Amino acid sequence: MKTILSQQQIGLTIKRLAHQILENYTQEIETVIIGIQPRGIFLSDKIVAEINKIIHPSSIKYGKLDITFYRDDVRTELHVANKTEISFDIENKKVVLIDDVLWTGRTIRAALDALLDFGRPAKVELCVLIDRRFNRELPIQPDYTGRAIDTLVSEKVKVMWKENNDKDEVILIQ
Amino acid sequence: MKLSTKHLLGIKDLTKEDIQLILSTAINFKDVLQRPVKKVPSLRDVTIVNLFYENSTRTRISFELAEKRLSADTINFTVSGSSAAKGETLLDTVNNILSMKVDMVVMRHSVSGAPHFLAKHIPAAIVNAGDGINEHPTQALLDAYSMQEKFGNLEGLKVAIVGDILHSRVALSNIYLLQKMGAEVVVSGPPTLIPKYITEALGVKVEYNIKNALQWCDVANILRIQLERQNQPLFSSLREYNLAYGINKQLLESLGKEITIMHPGPINRGVELDSDVADGPYSIILNQVENGVAVRMAVLYLLANREG
Repeated sequence: MKTILSQQQIGLTIKRLAHQILENYTQEIETVIIGIQPRGIFLSDKIVAEINKIIHPSSIKYGKLDITFYRDDVRTELHVANKTEISFDIENKKVVLIDDVLWTGRTIRAALDALLDFGRPAKVELCVLIDRRFNRELPIQPDYTGRAIDTLVSEKVKVMWKENNDKDEVILIQ
Repeated sequence: MKLSTKHLLGIKDLTKEDIQLILSTAINFKDVLQRPVKKVPSLRDVTIVNLFYENSTRTRISFELAEKRLSADTINFTVSGSSAAKGETLLDTVNNILSMKVDMVVMRHSVSGAPHFLAKHIPAAIVNAGDGINEHPTQALLDAYSMQEKFGNLEGLKVAIVGDILHSRVALSNIYLLQKMGAEVVVSGPPTLIPKYITEALGVKVEYNIKNALQWCDVANILRIQLERQNQPLFSSLREYNLAYGINKQLLESLGKEITIMHPGPINRGVELDSDVADGPYSIILNQVENGVAVRMAVLYLLANREG
């Protein structure tokens, strides 16, 4: 077991990701944030809170997307669905999708399909805390990365949050 | 998380956890039905045949919509205009359809146990859409969903089932489901329409006085008088039934409390239910129909899974 990000590092990384998302913010196209259920929400909640600290008064729209019914493995593995909450129109907006770990890319593929059922965004970007660079199964890359790491298929990356652990931490299990 | 069964033949075979899984999954599908694009691609590689050996409006349309909203391919079969009319047996018909690579069968049949027979002989997943006077599991599930939506919880809820209990598959499925979920059930109707040993067999209370039953309950599920299943007259006239057991506004107002009215449809207006109640503020009959699609989506979605 190896620590990839400590609690302090996660805090700094979230601040950096929030700044990077804001850096690319343009007046012409409205930017909205959408976290992917269930585990991406822990990260997106924190990034949105950070963005709200920087811009006053905050006007960034924030939604949650569940991708269960869009998965390509529904017939072989059953996942419990979570709530989708997108109370705004994404048509012609810039959507920043947020998830904790990018690995095979299949979750993001499903998320793109799910997202397009809500409208046609002008642009979609991807923000992840951990990018497991190797073992990608689809041509999907992040726009904002917390930490890129090289891992074996046999290894496991666990992202733990204060909400269900005693502290924020990302670990690698060999 | 998965269902404990490969088919949905009846509520009798489900566990409490199965019922909870179906109802909680249905909440997510109801959410999908409110979106601009009301469908998801989950079952795009699944083909479903709807075999209706008995007439149906709501159930058939509801199943078909549920299948389409899940992106499944669907085939509809009704007995008139098919080779069943030429004397082909049920098993032959189904095996012929399955040889064209069909994954699931939704069936309504006038013979009790027909889907159970099919489940023993064919490999596809079977969903019972009503078999004779036995069970109508998806109706009970959508009734439960509607009650849960309105009251938050089924546990401790007092439900009166009123009318033709003897011929009702809706009643039997509802009794099984409500008891598994910890609700209390009372049946009410004329003695000729209530099975003699229902208390011993199912543990439900019988209340022949309709007013007492309504006074006791939170929800009254009013059943249709099924004249097509009565081989001999079980009450003297529809008008007399209406006078004794029909639910009207005056009766509800005399209770001094608000109760919720449900009906599985189709309604015989002026027989078991008067129009001023069916279309009135206490009725959630159209909510039941709306919820039916989400509940059937949940059932099909969970049964299409081939894990393990």
